[in-house]
Amino acid sequence: MNEQAAHGTSCTGTGNRTVPPTPSQTVGPFYGHALPFPRGGALAPEGDLRALTLHGRVFDGAGQPVPDALLEFWQAAPDGSRTGAPGSLRRDPADGSVLGRDGVEFTGFGRVSTDADGHWAVRTLPPPQSAPYVAVCVFARGLLHHLYTRAYLAEPAADPLLDALPAHRRATLLAPAERPGVHRFDITLQGEPDRETVFLDFG
Amino acid sequence: MAAPPALSSQADIDAEIAAAVPGGGPHPDRGYAPYRSSALRHPHQRLAAVRDPEAVELSGPVFGATDVTALDHDLTRQHLGEPLGERITVTGRVTDRQGRPVRHQLVEIWQANAAGRYAHQRDDHPAPLDPNFTGVGRCLTDGEGRYSFTTIKPGAYPWRNHLNAWRPAHIHFSLFGTAFTQRLVTQMYFPGDPLFPYDPILHSVTDPAARRRLVADYVHALSQPEFSLGYRFDIVLDGPAATWTEPEEQR
Ligand SMILES: [Fe+3]
Repeated sequence: MNEQAAHGTSCTGTGNRTVPPTPSQTVGPFYGHALPFPRGGALAPEGDLRALTLHGRVFDGAGQPVPDALLEFWQAAPDGSRTGAPGSLRRDPADGSVLGRDGVEFTGFGRVSTDADGHWAVRTLPPPQSAPYVAVCVFARGLLHHLYTRAYLAEPAADPLLDALPAHRRATLLAPAERPGVHRFDITLQGEPDRETVFLDFG
Repeated sequence: MAAPPALSSQADIDAEIAAAVPGGGPHPDRGYAPYRSSALRHPHQRLAAVRDPEAVELSGPVFGATDVTALDHDLTRQHLGEPLGERITVTGRVTDRQGRPVRHQLVEIWQANAAGRYAHQRDDHPAPLDPNFTGVGRCLTDGEGRYSFTTIKPGAYPWRNHLNAWRPAHIHFSLFGTAFTQRLVTQMYFPGDPLFPYDPILHSVTDPAARRRLVADYVHALSQPEFSLGYRFDIVLDGPAATWTEPEEQR
């Protein structure tokens, strides 16, 4: 490769000129001291009676748990708001440690890594009926470009994504309640069509 | 458990890299055989296209003053002493594919120390840990989309993809745009690294021009006298941006 070639692209252009994107690279195995943060899965303000648990496991193409995946979550607030709020990594100004969200604002964002058994869990508020899903972004060692999927906590009457999928694929996006307030969403990175999770391309 | 399969040689990997059929896009194919860990971790089914203008993913998380502290961008000042190694400044601009700055968004980096060792429990590379270096930094982009970190140049390190596999020195980057669809995790490399030809992770980007965009520029004007060497790494986020924000004025 020619290291001398200028890699930078000028960003001062006008109009609709399309600048080539920076390529993705794997998150690798050693992000654990950098990206996860304390209470990263605690999206729901403490004590909020609407809070629910969303959890599951991540599996590879051999059916083995993936112990080094990083999952991120983004969703609309219960009132339908999509603006989110800062403060997911709210810090202690004295020692810099992560305090967690302030218990008032719903930031809409969460981040957790999988356990040694591939399990993860977040505690969040129910998304609105108009968009009854939690968007999930999957990173992992071995995954060169992240994957998007969605956990539908309720099955909508009509949904452009779900309605375009055959029934056996559609089922991979549904996160039904196992028991009141606890929803299950397993993610399979690779497998037969009825097993592999539907991943999304936003173009 | 079955015995682990014998490791490939570098020559095997070189041949696979040379034979890889370019996927066409700027991003790696998720299934890239020379990177062995990708084999069981990439989907076999076609991704489902979402073109719904109401998709929640067209909005995204936001971060603010409470999410970073003033010291987070300086990885050399997080401990009582100074870390060992070559002090560097890494700076650049984050934009979208229209060239619009990504303002006030979170940039996170992590890296090995100067000896090529991560402050991570599972990194068993027998290189010294540095008690004065954790290798984690964060900042928010400014009103022009600029970010800046002070750190030390990371060392190359071995891994077990194949026999005698070594990663070129790199800094891991994580970025947010105005939409969740613009999320990016990538790696920044240093110009002139002799390990480039041997690394399947860098070569998973099969387009040479795209691969060059992962290599920072050494910019002498960014070097600070008696203090640090300067590198520029501009970052362009892919994917559709938020539809509900006002169009940005072009600079
Ligand atoms: Fe690394």
